[in-house]
Amino acid sequence: MVKDLKNEQIGLLDAEEIEAFIRHAAEIEHPREMIIDVLRAIQKNHGWVPDEGVELTATILGLTPLEVEELATFYDKIYRRPVGRYPIHICDSIACWSRGGEEIAAHLEQKLGIQMGQTSADGLFTLLPSCCLGGCGRAPAIMVGQRFCGSMTIEEMDKLIEQLRREGGA
Amino acid sequence: MSDSPQLLFKNRRPGETVFLADYQKTGGYQPLEQVFRSMSPEQVRQLVKDANLRGRGGAGFPTGVKWGFFPADKPGPKYLVCNGDEMEPGTYKDGELLAADPHQLIEGMIISAYALQTDVGYIFIRYAYEPQAQNLRRAIAEATEAGYLGENILGSGFDLELHVHGSAGRYILGEETALLNGLEGVRPTPRLKPPFPATRGLFDRPTTVNNVETLANIQHIVSGGAEWFRDLALTHEGSGTKLYGLSGHLNRTECHELPVGISLRQIVEEYGGGVWQGRKFKACLPGGASTPYLTAEHMDVQLDFESLEKVGSRFGTAGVTVFDDRTCMVAATLNLIQFFARESCGWCTPCRDGLTMVEWLLETIEAGRGTVEHHEMLKEQLRNISGTSFCALAEGAMGPLEGLLKHFEQEIVDHIETGECPFR
Repeated sequence: MVKDLKNEQIGLLDAEEIEAFIRHAAEIEHPREMIIDVLRAIQKNHGWVPDEGVELTATILGLTPLEVEELATFYDKIYRRPVGRYPIHICDSIACWSRGGEEIAAHLEQKLGIQMGQTSADGLFTLLPSCCLGGCGRAPAIMVGQRFCGSMTIEEMDKLIEQLRREGGA
Repeated sequence: MSDSPQLLFKNRRPGETVFLADYQKTGGYQPLEQVFRSMSPEQVRQLVKDANLRGRGGAGFPTGVKWGFFPADKPGPKYLVCNGDEMEPGTYKDGELLAADPHQLIEGMIISAYALQTDVGYIFIRYAYEPQAQNLRRAIAEATEAGYLGENILGSGFDLELHVHGSAGRYILGEETALLNGLEGVRPTPRLKPPFPATRGLFDRPTTVNNVETLANIQHIVSGGAEWFRDLALTHEGSGTKLYGLSGHLNRTECHELPVGISLRQIVEEYGGGVWQGRKFKACLPGGASTPYLTAEHMDVQLDFESLEKVGSRFGTAGVTVFDDRTCMVAATLNLIQFFARESCGWCTPCRDGLTMVEWLLETIEAGRGTVEHHEMLKEQLRNISGTSFCALAEGAMGPLEGLLKHFEQEIVDHIETGECPFR
């Protein structure tokens, strides 16, 4: 199976991961239910899901690329375009709005010199507006990748960005 | 933290997650053993019906009645699905529960699956709750190891496997038929009802979809009994406790397990520590983004399904978001509508186009460019969208708009007359 894949598809997932998905798909009645799992795994390895990732998912699960694409474009946490190393989801729903979420968002845009939907020049950060993150008791909140950060202030935000810059090895 | 009975939060400690050994120390899995020792599936279903448990996901449909529609005795594959897609702004209770004590849900699901005679269960959990999903995977492994899950549970001949199913965002997945599409791996727009999921749900087979908190109540009903459960509530009609998630302009914004029927005043003053920065209470969403506002005149209203319906709102998810007296209610409503408009799946016209229209109208009014015509159009959209959308998303979006027009219409007029937002 792996040997039949195109060059561009190899590297999006490890050979073992591909084999494991294929084995699991063969065991269950409805392999289609795994689409999001495979897309998320590709995204975890590659940062985002390119066209080849959609095709790879379809190949693994025995579906058409369209059947995968109509899901990939529906969910906002599947990135179909390149994102920075740290996608930052900024909650703009009511609880965060009521406690300064807009100021946090404006500060980030200014600090990174980009607008919502854009990626910083160093390739580290992408700012994305997000609906409620389910952390309303710790508003305002953001999510870096899948890591939740609550009770954010401008100072905390600055500290976090500096820390990520160090970790990201810019 | 609270003197009132703690069922779901009894094991909760800040920053910790309770797993099997500690869960069992406080009586965990004893109700399950009791069920498999001495109760028939029908007896469990009757007990839940007698307890008058109402769905905790927002709609409040009586769980026992929902289960009554389910063909438990019909042979063949059937499914129990747990809705853990908690994405209603202002709502974070299920996330808190699963962060603290995942076995609460697992035990509740096993008993519920037995009552409904389903041998496969799914927990659909939102993208932002990855730590909670990991807690659930570990809890499932522990419960399987202990013989509470898997084949021939406690020698009863009953089998159950549970799966955790991840997601990747979008509020519409919380709508139960959209969630079923999401589980199947097809584009998650809502389905036409009927057929209802109880007849044709997941993979076209009978399915019951229940919220996390709803299912986590089941073992407590088994151990305490229906009458005890009903008596936990402070209202005559109500039953049980509720996880109230506090947010917005309060001094303390935490999640508490308190009786159904507690007053808004107690929530705000006692548990929320009062309105922040010494300001006054202006309004709140009593149960998430889709519930019409309550105002200062409602401070003594008891938070329960019936009592809130009487004052034109809804109990919803009991996520209480408070607004202080410096809040512009046009701006707050605009924020809520923006959420619903962006999260619309785009399937039906009233939602896809109507909500965008309402968003534009509120934006125009908030920016000080509104006219009397815009005000009229806002009322017209409320009439046009209410009751005409394919699923409940747009209907829910009309909650805050209805509340704005009912309680704060003067603010709309002020924006239009002065040509600016009076709160800036």
